[in-house]
Amino acid sequence: MKLFVPCDMAALSVGADAVARAISEQIATRRLDATVVRNGSRGLFWLEPLVEVETAKGRVAYGPVTVESVASLFDAGFLDGKAHPLCLGLTEEIPYLKNQERLTFARCGIIDPLSLADYISRDGYKGLQNALKLKPEQIIEEVTNSGLRGRGGAGFPTGIKWKTVLGAPADQKYIVCNADEGDSGTFADRMIMEGDPFVLIEGMTIAGFAVGATSGYIYCRSEYPHAFKTLQRAIAIGYEKGYLGANAAGSGKHFDLEVRLGAGAYICGEETSLLESLEGKRGQIRPKPPLPAIEGLFGKPTVVNNVISLATVPIIIDKGAAYYKDFGMGRSRGTLTIQLAGNIKQGGLVEKAFGLTLRQAIYDFGGGTATGKKFRAVQVGGPLGAYFPDSLLDTPLDYEAFAAKKGLVGHGGVVVFDETVDLAKQARFAMEFCAIESCGKCTPCRIGSTRGVEVIDRIIANQDRKKNLEVLNDLCEVMLDGSLCALGGLTPYPVLSAVEHFKEDFHGTAA
Amino acid sequence: MQAWDNERAVSLVEQRKNMPGALLPILHALQEEFGYVDPSVVPAIADALNLSKADVHGTISFYHDFRHHPPGRHVLKMCRAESCQSMGCDAVIGHVEKKLGAKLGETTADGTFTLDAVYCLGNCSLSPAVLLDGKPYGRVSAQVADFLIDDARRRA
Ligand SMILES: Cc1cc2nc3c(=O)[nH]c(=O)nc-3n(C[C@H](O)[C@H](O)[C@H](O)COP(=O)(O)O)c2cc1C
Ligand code: SF4
Ligand code: FES
Repeated sequence: MKLFVPCDMAALSVGADAVARAISEQIATRRLDATVVRNGSRGLFWLEPLVEVETAKGRVAYGPVTVESVASLFDAGFLDGKAHPLCLGLTEEIPYLKNQERLTFARCGIIDPLSLADYISRDGYKGLQNALKLKPEQIIEEVTNSGLRGRGGAGFPTGIKWKTVLGAPADQKYIVCNADEGDSGTFADRMIMEGDPFVLIEGMTIAGFAVGATSGYIYCRSEYPHAFKTLQRAIAIGYEKGYLGANAAGSGKHFDLEVRLGAGAYICGEETSLLESLEGKRGQIRPKPPLPAIEGLFGKPTVVNNVISLATVPIIIDKGAAYYKDFGMGRSRGTLTIQLAGNIKQGGLVEKAFGLTLRQAIYDFGGGTATGKKFRAVQVGGPLGAYFPDSLLDTPLDYEAFAAKKGLVGHGGVVVFDETVDLAKQARFAMEFCAIESCGKCTPCRIGSTRGVEVIDRIIANQDRKKNLEVLNDLCEVMLDGSLCALGGLTPYPVLSAVEHFKEDFHGTAA
Repeated sequence: MQAWDNERAVSLVEQRKNMPGALLPILHALQEEFGYVDPSVVPAIADALNLSKADVHGTISFYHDFRHHPPGRHVLKMCRAESCQSMGCDAVIGHVEKKLGAKLGETTADGTFTLDAVYCLGNCSLSPAVLLDGKPYGRVSAQVADFLIDDARRRA
């Protein structure tokens, strides 16, 4: 008899550890034959702690479970999947989950994250086994044909990046995983690292074989202590069982992997800043060219990819490019891991083929606002993403469709705000955040963002609004055109979108 | 948390100095052991890594994580990014600042709490989110914050 209580950080934040303890106590006092497995999260966060019980019919879910409800669950016979007010039925049948297309997240929340046996029993390392039958060029061709574009934000085709690194002759190359996940409203990387770390390790190993890199680093943000620990343990297990190191996974090839901690700097999510940081320096942006693919970590050709990009590679090489490419729309192929966050009733992870509209995401999955108040705005794509009003909610989640509306899909974070939001305040925060996180290399960003805060303060204080809105506009233009990287270059997006779509918050009246 | 011990600090530096890109791992190790990075260790790091003292200092100050002073007995990191804003984190932060008589970035006069701002903890479906002594909490209202703080106080 197996019970599952997530060890995902979000589940812990609402008491999963205490629930796991209470369940173990009940098992002991009732002398039952049951074991508690700590799985990752299914990503239905409003139901956490979501406890599952293995039954003949499949896993049955209960949630949100509190310590107080544990005894009554046992009394009701939940070990046999019996009825209880918290019973949600078969987990796989919960509409939120059933209506998803979980490819990258196929195992997340199902397995014990640190059990290699679990991982392998559910198609783990199948991609790598296939990769071993292919030439490096063929692996890369599969990735290219799958249409996979980087999930870190910029949406650059992953296969093309790999091809550049393969073609760059060098005595040493690196695979670097960008696990800095700094965008507000995002947690997909964290969930994979905590819930299915081996899929990331497998993806990085395949990348290593494909481009001829024997060494990899995962740069994990320090705000994720749980993910960091899970990765450290998973890597240690990988070495112990022969999946890393010399003759990795019986390939005859070498692949070393290490996880490093960031230090609380948003800018270190930008790939060149990340590389500087990994080298032990201040995280300042490097001018491009040279591309990291040519001169990356320690000056060597380097693949830098987001966690989700790399964790999606195993299923592509396992099931083939055509299988993956079949999902999605237009030039956005495969699935997007949408993260529903903020003021939303049913927040969580929704992995879905590209093309779902924002409205479907927020209402069909998310169930509207958490407060029950009227929806007013949504910010997609993190702190550099635009604020959209209701009239833009029919935009499909697709890189090009969002770009056409001056928005950003980015890493797929969807942050919902109800009618109490003040968009002037949000615009001010966008500038403030840019000022706090600026690496300081260029003036439009470093100085412009601070000036931006001042100007918006004057607008809020109703000082010469018309003139100051013009000043803000000009300032945004300078930042857009004159910034070396997207922190300064995209901060105008949330600011200008707020002004454009929510004029009334800047003019005092709906002008 | 250990009180600063120069000998121990230097040995932590020495143990890591041959890692590629050793500076961040060294700083993290120091901060984990002592809660902060005492400026007195800068020359030893510079020496071990063959860097200038200015380089080492510049790197330490670039990153928000590294402290120059010992923190309070409890460290409360409060998220103030957009998702948490949408669920009222500003009001919760204001409440906590008032309760503790310290602002984000400060330590209470009695040395019990250090308050830090963070920008997203990856718990944005359960906003507002905080980390107290490394432990995550979600849906943190002013009342929940009171409970967490009072409970931590009782534990000393
Ligand atoms: C300010 C800034 C922050 C970024 N933060 C991240 C991040 O946290 N995670 C990430 O994967 N990419 C981030 N990126 C994008 C990276 O620079 C880079 O495009 C990405 O790591 C490439 O991987 P991908 O092609 O797999 O997406 C950021 C970019 C900028 C400009
Ligand atoms: S735009 Fe900002 S963060 Fe980017 S290089 Fe310039 S100063 Fe640094
Ligand atoms: S924005 Fe607060 S946890 Fe993500």
